[in-house]
Amino acid sequence: MDMKPLIETIVKALVDHPEAVAVECREGEAALLCELSVHDDDIGKVIGKHGRTIQAIRTVVAAAAAGASKRVIVQVKDKG
Amino acid sequence: MKEVTATAATAEEAVRLALAQLGAPRERVDIVVLDEGKRGWFGLFGGRPAVVKAVLKVDPIEEAVRFLERVMAQMGAEGASIEVVRRGKQATLHVHGGPVGLLIGKHGQTLNALQFLAQLVANRYADEYVSIVVDVEHYRERREKALIELANKLAAQVVKTGKEIRLEPLPAHERKIIHAALARHKRVSTYSVGVDPHRSIVVAPAMETKAPTKEAPL
Repeated sequence: MDMKPLIETIVKALVDHPEAVAVECREGEAALLCELSVHDDDIGKVIGKHGRTIQAIRTVVAAAAAGASKRVIVQVKDKG
Repeated sequence: MKEVTATAATAEEAVRLALAQLGAPRERVDIVVLDEGKRGWFGLFGGRPAVVKAVLKVDPIEEAVRFLERVMAQMGAEGASIEVVRRGKQATLHVHGGPVGLLIGKHGQTLNALQFLAQLVANRYADEYVSIVVDVEHYRERREKALIELANKLAAQVVKTGKEIRLEPLPAHERKIIHAALARHKRVSTYSVGVDPHRSIVVAPAMETKAPTKEAPL
């Protein structure tokens, strides 16, 4: 189950600096954890008002992973 | 961004040429005249051709469609195709085929997420706000019918019991359908409580519209 291309496709279309988008996924015991990093100026864009955008991304990713045995956690990486 | 430079005897002619090369109507293209050109003596010597640059404007709705196609492909939604119906600044992207249940999700959750993201993408390229509706196999129509039915059933129940009923949280456009369905109902009124995404509708018995009584307000 590779969620990296899907997350990248979505996020790159939303940000001003698509070249700075990076997604790293690693398998945990119960879940696949995907960490998303973007340009500093784009953090607000991928989270959205009240987290609506990141929530929509999570919903789409969850649908794509519905057949898989593990759920997917998508997190935006903090700077620093 | 797609652009061409065209050269012709007059600027007008050059614009025509550029549009033909782009295969786009005038309103979808930005034109910059690089050189007005100059007519030579009797059109013979010293003339300079006109040069124009034509840049194809990005179409926000087109961008939303391309985005949705890419995302669906990576969700493993094979066999899905998109039909676009435009109405001015509004467009409905009808998805046909593919794994319908996967794309719609529970109560349209996935569909609403896709719509929200497609709308964000479109408006990155729009001068004026565009509104994008994403629909899968006419799910939205069916959902609207189901919501109206639900609204009427609840209204009847509220009238019977005199007690208000709170629905489960719904997105704004679905709440609107219920508000509208019961707007003319004389014996119930509707309002919403909570904050999105947990905002939900309450169907309540309508306030009695009696003539004002003479009791003193306390």
